[in-house]
Amino acid sequence: MFMAKKPLLEFTDRGIYCPVGRFYIDPWLPVDDAVITHAHSDHARVGHRRYLAHEYSEQVLRYRLGEIQLQTVPYGETLMKNGVQIGLYPAGHVIGSAQVRVCYQDEVWVVSGDYKVDDDGISTPFEPVRCHHFISECTFGMPVYRWKPQAETFAEINNWWRKNVENGLATVIVGYSLGKAQRVLQNLDLSIGKVYTHGVIENTNEALRRNGIALNPTHRITTDLAKEEIRKGIVIAPPSAVGSPWMRRFNPYDFGYCSGWMSIRGAKRRRAADRGFVLSDHADWDGLISAIDATGCEKVYLTHGYTASFARYLNEIGFDAHEVHTLYGGDELTAADEEIAPTQPPPEGEALVPDDESKVLPSGEDLGGAGL
Amino acid sequence: MKAFAQLFLSLDETNKTNEKVRVLKDYFLSVPDSDKMHMLALFTGRRPKRPINATLVRTWAMEMAHIPVWLFEESYQVVGDLAETITLLLPKSTSSSNKTLTEWIAEINAIATQTEEGRKQWLLSSWETLDTQERFVFNKLLTGGFRIGVSQNLVVKALADISGLDAATVTHRIMGNWMPENYQFADLVAAEGLSDDVSRPYPFFLAYPIQETSEKQKTAGELQVALGDAAEWQAEWKWDGIRAQLINRNGQIFIWSRGEDLATEKFPELHPFLKALPHGTVLDGEILSFKDGLPMPFNVLQTRIGRKNLSKKILEESPVALIAYDCLEHNGEDIRHKPQAERRLLLEQLQAATAHPDIFRISVLIGFNSWGELAEIRGQSRSMIAEGVMLKRKNAAYQVGRRRGDWWKWKIDPLSVDAVMIYAQKGHGRRADLYTDYTFAVWDGDKLVPFAKAYSGLSDEEIRKVDNFVKRNTLEKFGPVRTVKPELVFEIGFEGINYSTRHKSGVALRFPRILRWRTDKPMEEADTLETLKALL
Repeated sequence: MFMAKKPLLEFTDRGIYCPVGRFYIDPWLPVDDAVITHAHSDHARVGHRRYLAHEYSEQVLRYRLGEIQLQTVPYGETLMKNGVQIGLYPAGHVIGSAQVRVCYQDEVWVVSGDYKVDDDGISTPFEPVRCHHFISECTFGMPVYRWKPQAETFAEINNWWRKNVENGLATVIVGYSLGKAQRVLQNLDLSIGKVYTHGVIENTNEALRRNGIALNPTHRITTDLAKEEIRKGIVIAPPSAVGSPWMRRFNPYDFGYCSGWMSIRGAKRRRAADRGFVLSDHADWDGLISAIDATGCEKVYLTHGYTASFARYLNEIGFDAHEVHTLYGGDELTAADEEIAPTQPPPEGEALVPDDESKVLPSGEDLGGAGL
Repeated sequence: MKAFAQLFLSLDETNKTNEKVRVLKDYFLSVPDSDKMHMLALFTGRRPKRPINATLVRTWAMEMAHIPVWLFEESYQVVGDLAETITLLLPKSTSSSNKTLTEWIAEINAIATQTEEGRKQWLLSSWETLDTQERFVFNKLLTGGFRIGVSQNLVVKALADISGLDAATVTHRIMGNWMPENYQFADLVAAEGLSDDVSRPYPFFLAYPIQETSEKQKTAGELQVALGDAAEWQAEWKWDGIRAQLINRNGQIFIWSRGEDLATEKFPELHPFLKALPHGTVLDGEILSFKDGLPMPFNVLQTRIGRKNLSKKILEESPVALIAYDCLEHNGEDIRHKPQAERRLLLEQLQAATAHPDIFRISVLIGFNSWGELAEIRGQSRSMIAEGVMLKRKNAAYQVGRRRGDWWKWKIDPLSVDAVMIYAQKGHGRRADLYTDYTFAVWDGDKLVPFAKAYSGLSDEEIRKVDNFVKRNTLEKFGPVRTVKPELVFEIGFEGINYSTRHKSGVALRFPRILRWRTDKPMEEADTLETLKALL
């Protein structure tokens, strides 16, 4: 008797599920077995019984999730779970981020997690993995999002920093504590000055260093640090610090925001950052299309981002694309959303202040305009 | 154009006023005079005429970017700005150009007379030679809506610093009917002003609200503390029409609206009295529709604003008159420095002498002896078809722009109803890609009837929450509009309400805006159409 074959991976209300292997990938409700693509909080949540992740994610996961039962594997190595083969491949999103390849009876599915195709100089670069079914993000799945080479952006950032030092202004650069912060750190021109870090970012840096990742030297900001010293260097801060008393103590300062959303003027103005640097850990429009194409997949499922528009476009150019509903996208879901705080309490005096944009908006000026 | 594009970018890159002024000064000091005047024209709303209509610009951009129409439209929704959308979608340019801003604007003006094919070739090859930032300002020039993150005050400050003139003089000299082709930078900054432009209006003096919101009502005691003795002030009704400046110089007449639009031809009823005024007279006042000696609600006047041709019917249904507030020039002399009370006397003399007292009216003074008494009189504003009262210090000069101290407006509290959000649309500019424009409904039996659109009044934090709600509770999509699950209740404030045949609800509101988000109210408790109509 013929029976319709059950798909190897299903979209359930707990997350992406493999019924044969009995495990979930990046589930958002507690499960027994969770394979984690990367340590951002919308993908790696608390409460699962067993975790499987890339080895570079280990210490950050332990720092963010506390006591967990965690198994790690290097890229390219496979293991079996209830007869299903699982392998992790570089996603290029952040350090330790992985695409999850799932194979059973010659059928291959790949879950991208979040990814970018450009080499950021610190995360293991993205590798396309051939598959039948590709489950992809599309955070920036609109053609208005196209990144320039990061060397150009970092030249802008370093010039800006240099100018601020000349003008006696403190320099505060804002980016997510896992990923953007280290990417910025590794690409700064350290001949200009020292790098100071917010506690949340330094905790993440320490976790990565415990994992054997070599990062440039950083200095945790403490209350006894002289303002004049900080002004000669650069401060890396998480988005939650924007507009907080913690940040205001660097006055006078110039603050730059690093995000893919900064390529749109409106999003940049909403941030009221002094400078917006276009720097994303997600694939841009061309990157998404080339990555999907390189998988040679028969079907592509879009989990988060501009799923409807991107699916329609992919279908028009000959892919079989589908939108699926997930709860991913906490890190860059919309220009307005913010990083979710880690579960551990921050060090004293560095309480996480929820971002309140209304506090940092300059009054009038920004809204007026000379159009009159 | 490179310098102009860089100016735009640098202004975008800072939120600090001093830094913006510095950037503007750097620009003025580094470009030829003709570029300075073109920049000034653009920053004060004097754009070149569109040489190519927006639909063609879009179409050719889509062609060059190889993007289907629907994807272009959705991209526009994300970006919230047409010029920027095109900039982001076009492929990288292949060459560069050193043309100045003046040269580009001359080309833009010249291309308007070319054939469609000629314009297309010009546009595509222009895009080819401009880098990303240049393309953005170039597209802005072509598509209009030239809004910049800098107020005219800052431009004036930069010019004043450079020229050594005071800011009020510069503000005055950049007003009026000039175009960059016929106004020299040297004349603009000359130590002795040349008054060769007979049409030039004076900068309007604008009032600040004495009371920021209706939740912070001012008591008579507070007014006494803030403003001093009531006897030092004159009070008038605050009329809801079109603020205007009316000029007669050498028998030539000009009517300017506050937006610096020359509107002389829009108000033919005002011409006879204006022509009959002594030469060298400038009046400040409010233009309103009047019938049988009574002002009519703003929506009556609205029906004739924006019309190219004033039909006989419109002139009959919505005839206008002037309520004069002030006299700024008398016998050819600028009298703005004279005290309010003196200018008022001159205004009264002019008005007493007119042969057209029905058309040239004067804003009557409200007699009051104490702040408490004025507060009571203010309560009658709505029945006077006024928006509240104006307070002017009797010894004050007529100043430039919005200033605190000598002129205050004290508006009446808005009317309000609680309504349910049912549609949402994405905003523009700094609200791009966020659902910020909402349509509200009230109950009519068990149905929700839309009656107003509003897109202001929420904090950024609230906008973020509502945006999130919209994205997760969309029932249907019609182009850019989403039908949202009715659930959220907001208090909607408005200045007035009138019958309307054009709206489903049968009413039209004046200045609807969100007063607050009623998170405490379930949608069943929102107001009804009946309640709304009771306010008529």
